[in-house]
Amino acid sequence: MTTIAFWVLAVASVLSGYAVFRVDSMARATFALALSFVAVGAILLLLDLDYLGLVVVVMMVMEMAVMAVFMIMYMMNPAGLMPMSMWHDKSRAMSIAVGTFVVLAAGALLVDWPERQGPPPPDITRQLGQGIMGSKMLVMMAVSAVILSTIVAALVLGSARSRYDRLGDDLDKRRSTDPVRGGVGR
Amino acid sequence: MSLEALLVLAAALFAIGLYGALSQQSIVMLMMGLELMLNGLIVAAAAFWYFVAPQRPDGQVLVLVVVTVMTIEMALGFAVQTAVFRSDEVDLTDQATGLSG
Repeated sequence: MTTIAFWVLAVASVLSGYAVFRVDSMARATFALALSFVAVGAILLLLDLDYLGLVVVVMMVMEMAVMAVFMIMYMMNPAGLMPMSMWHDKSRAMSIAVGTFVVLAAGALLVDWPERQGPPPPDITRQLGQGIMGSKMLVMMAVSAVILSTIVAALVLGSARSRYDRLGDDLDKRRSTDPVRGGVGR
Repeated sequence: MSLEALLVLAAALFAIGLYGALSQQSIVMLMMGLELMLNGLIVAAAAFWYFVAPQRPDGQVLVLVVVTVMTIEMALGFAVQTAVFRSDEVDLTDQATGLSG
């Protein structure tokens, strides 16, 4: 039963992943990618990773919802109404991808992987929690610093006019230069 | 379901993501290719945790890190895309030649 579920989910995730780059609309591509992520989340559930599987599904569905907004902002081919080619260098990309797959799959099949060491613990989520609050705390501290700098960097990159545009590089202008009158600079 | 099957699935997702990242013209679609590559990493990390060392949290923590990397890639990718579009009105990789030597 688990095996059948695994193969169905595996095929679904690969096919919908491939569909991302074959459908003729970026909105459809977003949903195909979301489907691929949900299938991977379900595979994690099959591996007894209840918490992480759920996290992947919930996060990726939300992420694709956000992505859909940006997709519409930067859409090349709205709703697939205007048939057009969205790719370049297709044959070379395909041969590189197939080559990568062959090398990786050969490695996966030929390497003599180590034996399993012991059964999973009774409470798997507890193991993760103990891990990130204990022996793997450095990882989570590094991740938190990186996420904070991501927030700052994304805001700086995404904002059109910041206080430096209004008040000069040293923030020492007495009046802010606004594009329209009536703001803080009057 | 075995370690090999999961790793082959991870390799397939990674290769499809690589194909997308190389072949797509739109910067947003390129980022979807990167996401798909990271999706393969999630499968591989979970497989190693389950089939090799389930008694240590390393594999689970790695999945958590990859999920974080995905969100960071999305956030910064869209921020860069917004900045590039704002300055040059560019949304295709072929036109984003600001750094080409």
